[in-house]
Amino acid sequence: MVEIKHLVKRFGNHFAVDDISFTVGDGEVVGFLGPNGAGKSTTMNMITGYLSSTSGTVLIDGHDILEDTMQAKKLIGFLPEQPPLYIDMTVWEYLSFVFDLKDCKFNKKKHIEEVCSLVKILDVKNRLIRNLSKGYKQRVGIAGALIGNPKIVIFDEPTVGLDPKQIIDIRNLIRNLGKNHTVILSTHIMQEVQAVCDRIVVINNGKIIADEKTASFNNAVNQNTRYRVKIAGPQKEILKHVRSLVGIVSCEVHGEREGDAFSYDIESAQNIDIRKSLFRALADKGWPMLGMEPIGMELEDIFLKLINAPKGDKK
Amino acid sequence: MIAIFKREMRAYFTTSTGYVFLAVALALSGIVFGASTLLMSSGDTGAYFSLMLFVLLIILPILTMRSFSEERRTKTEQLLLTAPITTTQMVLGKFLSALSMFLIALTLTCVNYIPLFAYAVDFKSSGHINAMAPNIALIVGNMIALILVGMSFIAIGLFVSSLTENQFASVVITIAILLGLLLIGIFNSFIESYAIRTILSWLSIYSRYTAFTYGIFDIGAIIYYLSISGVFLFLAVRVFEARKYN
Repeated sequence: MVEIKHLVKRFGNHFAVDDISFTVGDGEVVGFLGPNGAGKSTTMNMITGYLSSTSGTVLIDGHDILEDTMQAKKLIGFLPEQPPLYIDMTVWEYLSFVFDLKDCKFNKKKHIEEVCSLVKILDVKNRLIRNLSKGYKQRVGIAGALIGNPKIVIFDEPTVGLDPKQIIDIRNLIRNLGKNHTVILSTHIMQEVQAVCDRIVVINNGKIIADEKTASFNNAVNQNTRYRVKIAGPQKEILKHVRSLVGIVSCEVHGEREGDAFSYDIESAQNIDIRKSLFRALADKGWPMLGMEPIGMELEDIFLKLINAPKGDKK
Repeated sequence: MIAIFKREMRAYFTTSTGYVFLAVALALSGIVFGASTLLMSSGDTGAYFSLMLFVLLIILPILTMRSFSEERRTKTEQLLLTAPITTTQMVLGKFLSALSMFLIALTLTCVNYIPLFAYAVDFKSSGHINAMAPNIALIVGNMIALILVGMSFIAIGLFVSSLTENQFASVVITIAILLGLLLIGIFNSFIESYAIRTILSWLSIYSRYTAFTYGIFDIGAIIYYLSISGVFLFLAVRVFEARKYN
């Protein structure tokens, strides 16, 4: 269990992390979501004892990371933002170094092999880390974090810079880890936490602005009110007509043109599904709808929504 | 600590650093040895050991320049600093590996003495008195002194390396500091004030060392060199603690 209480980190006059508190229970997979510079990495570095906190405490299974450092660090496997790899070593040499460094008590060969097969790097185990692709390097970093089978694993932006296939692989891997480990991962990609985590903690400007189960987070986020609709027909009349419909908040031309069809960004009021009425309205006028897609919410929109949402709404 | 020691030793020999270090150490000590004994047709190693201080000044920073700077640049220090080991263990691991490399180099330089001994034997068999034979006790004493000086140089180099992520800056600053420490001893004879001269010569790495080249085995000097090493290793540990609390 990881308990974070009133954690503060100040760099000069700037509060990188400003009084945050949350608890991660055993076996939970928690996503730490926030835009770049929100304080995610700083928080992770404080949880793992790489940085000290200005004030506040981090307890790892009851061990204070700054007071009872050795006991606390033994419980953590950490993958920093940039995997700490010695590129002049082979994968196997690196992992056996990490094994020795963590002073593990397992059977060395068997344990490293287990970890390698878990993250699927057995096929490159004798290659120099220097020569591996970014995706493999990331996996070797994850393997390093998993050596010694720590109870808690912490990943800082584990999928940054990977291609889509690799991202899916890593996400699956993390989901699997969640079965036996407590996982904290940070990311600025919302889909990632939705795909992987049980719980989402949203941080912005060093403060926690939301902390809830993924399901309820999804509900809040998925009340989609914006669609991009491609309609063939006279632009001015369409705009006028759509704007006059019940429940429409705004309708703007998006600018993509295909023959006589334009794309329009249409936003409806909350709690109203306008898709059917919109379809009928356009059909009545004889303006064929060529396509409709929900416009996904950007992280910024979610922040706005979360910040603006009244307290009752958030729970 | 042992894990870090092993990794460092391995890194010395899988990258060029270790070989460059050994090659430069052998080359420089060989030149200095040849020039100060064989070319002078002298069996006295005093001058050789004095000059070896300057050889150490050049070669030991090569050894220590990358130790922490490289870790910091490539962020691998995050692995070490979040692993369940203390900062002291980490610094000691690095120190012992650099010291081992230095000991290897020093052992290799022993080939320098072979011609000296061979020459002495030659001299003896041709009926000369044994005036040329090198004094083994003196050599051993001086080697121990070199090891002690090397320890303090390595400690200083590690400390500097912990301050910067630029290897080049690390090597230049280390050489500057070491040169300063040596020159204090050499130039303090120009200082008028007796008090300052005494203090400086007490601080000086060089004046402590000269006693050894005369064949004096000075316990005070041993304690002095060990303290220098201890102080700078301690400072290196503090650098990491301070960075954590910045």
